[in-house]
Amino acid sequence: MLDTDVKVVYQRPRGFEELPTHYCPGCTHGVAHRLIAEVLEEMGELEHTIGVAPVGCAVFAYNYFAFDFVEAPHGRAPAMATGIKRSLPDATVFTYQGDGDLASIGMGEIVAAASRGELITVIFINNTNYGMTGGQMAPTTLPGQVTTSSPMGRDVERQGYPIRTAELLSSLDGAAYVVRRSLHDPKNIRMAKKAIRTAFEVQKQGLGFSMVELLSTCPTNWGMTPANARVWLAEHMVPYYPIGDFKVSSSIAYDKPKGRD
Amino acid sequence: MALELIKGNVAVAEAAVRAGLVSYFGYPITPQTELLEYLSARMPELNRAFVQAESELGAINMVYGAACTGRRTMTSSSSPGVSLMQEGLSYISCTELPVVIVDVVRGGPGLGNIAPSQSDYNQATRGGGHGEYHQIVLAPASVQEAIDLTTLAFDLAEKYRSVVMVLMDGSLGQMMEPAELPPFQPIKTEIPDWAVRGIPGRGKHVLTSINIDPPAQERTNIRLMTRWQQVEANEVRYKGYYLEDAEYLVVGYGTAGRISLSAVRAAREKGIKVGLLRPISLAPFPFKVLSDLAEQVKALLVVEMNNGQMLEDVRLAVANRKPIAFYGRMGGMVPFADDVLQEIEALAAGPLSQEEHPRDRWLAKMRVEFGTGA
Repeated sequence: MLDTDVKVVYQRPRGFEELPTHYCPGCTHGVAHRLIAEVLEEMGELEHTIGVAPVGCAVFAYNYFAFDFVEAPHGRAPAMATGIKRSLPDATVFTYQGDGDLASIGMGEIVAAASRGELITVIFINNTNYGMTGGQMAPTTLPGQVTTSSPMGRDVERQGYPIRTAELLSSLDGAAYVVRRSLHDPKNIRMAKKAIRTAFEVQKQGLGFSMVELLSTCPTNWGMTPANARVWLAEHMVPYYPIGDFKVSSSIAYDKPKGRD
Repeated sequence: MALELIKGNVAVAEAAVRAGLVSYFGYPITPQTELLEYLSARMPELNRAFVQAESELGAINMVYGAACTGRRTMTSSSSPGVSLMQEGLSYISCTELPVVIVDVVRGGPGLGNIAPSQSDYNQATRGGGHGEYHQIVLAPASVQEAIDLTTLAFDLAEKYRSVVMVLMDGSLGQMMEPAELPPFQPIKTEIPDWAVRGIPGRGKHVLTSINIDPPAQERTNIRLMTRWQQVEANEVRYKGYYLEDAEYLVVGYGTAGRISLSAVRAAREKGIKVGLLRPISLAPFPFKVLSDLAEQVKALLVVEMNNGQMLEDVRLAVANRKPIAFYGRMGGMVPFADDVLQEIEALAAGPLSQEEHPRDRWLAKMRVEFGTGA
């Protein structure tokens, strides 16, 4: 009979609150949030997790997640996460940061946390601009990219070059797992979820600092439809910010055959 | 417990350990560094958390995170470093978290120097970061008092969910004195309700300093102000010396208060009926006792190692009822007791104008002393 055939294949993760989104249509923050909630639920970590929200569009991230959260000053999330993790070594602690927050004002904190091998996980949203303040140039803005503070396009001779954060952090010995993934299509979203899972596993196993950089869209500030924004990401961001693994601790590679997914 | 010869910075560090400090985060800066150095060995020895942060910004935000977990945490620094921490102190105050911070003040502004100073009075007592908030400020005048106030600071921080600053100066941090350390307090096991700890089955806890709705921020500020009123009503601390028959009053805190006490004793030997009020809580300031004393005495002398910052609080309390003189040294200069004695003698010798601002009279004298180059 029909009712016995009903099988739930998709539902709100337990780590999510039920409320309307404040993110713009087509923005990939929601996808990133969902992946985190799914992974933490699958790992059974939901109630042992403390998230650290950034300043930026995700300042209210804690509204969506159904577990403990704190809200950091701009760029300082890795320092706050350090204070939490050192106080509660058994908790799963992660920061959720955008590119202005992490790669500009918070570059000192993220480099120091990674070099200390701080046992935290960082989810880094790279959408090449400051979203919340209306789309200004970020450290990640591509050469020639027009933003509200680079109206003629980013001129690298005057405004410098974009920072490839994952590559930069991968040079630090304290970093155990540093990868870049993208959220522009289902295949990449599945890859992103696997990477987020690995990053949290790295933390649980005490291997060191872990970060997943997620290439993300910002249709509103890019002035594009959501569909076009995904195409723009694939055509412009991926060539500059290649998807890949930049630091994978040998202990993770060694662990793999033991049979975790 | 016996007296032991102990350095101010080390004494404060060990007092914090004995108060049940669970985590410490700091950054080296003179003249505070021994505090950090001592804890870098002491905390791991006790299996407690110690991190030398990448900067004072890092340190204060690590403290912010640690405070969210509801356990005793602290940082320490000196003037330029505390300036960098102001962002965090504002956030911590708005999030209503208990945090202890030790400021071993040095000469400024700018990079200044590493000599003792009281030039951060305004920053400390007015809430040096953005927005409207208060922090409790306790000012010791000896190594023993620094120990006692550090212990008290943790209790007050928790009682009022507030930042408590122990405001020292370079000389208190660096000097060695006989002092007695308190017994060990066990680390508190009960966790406050508001803490964020990832506890299964308890429901979600969020700690944040954002109130995007102005009415919500106003409600928060009313709550903060109401709590500060309780602090003002219950936590005023000061010490009085030779007040019963005093005709003149010296007001000074910390090292300046201690030097003033030597001068007051010398003046007493010369037959001048002078007393000393040494505020211990600079915030809340002892307005009431000072106001009462203003009725009793003929004139007041304010002594500080700055340009007359507490002087403004004294003027508020005295409300132009009595003349006030000011004597200050700045930039890391420490007054001699003989200099203060001279000021007391001048105060007792003649009528003092109430027209001019005490700082203007003092500055005119300083310019004469230093010549036109100053």
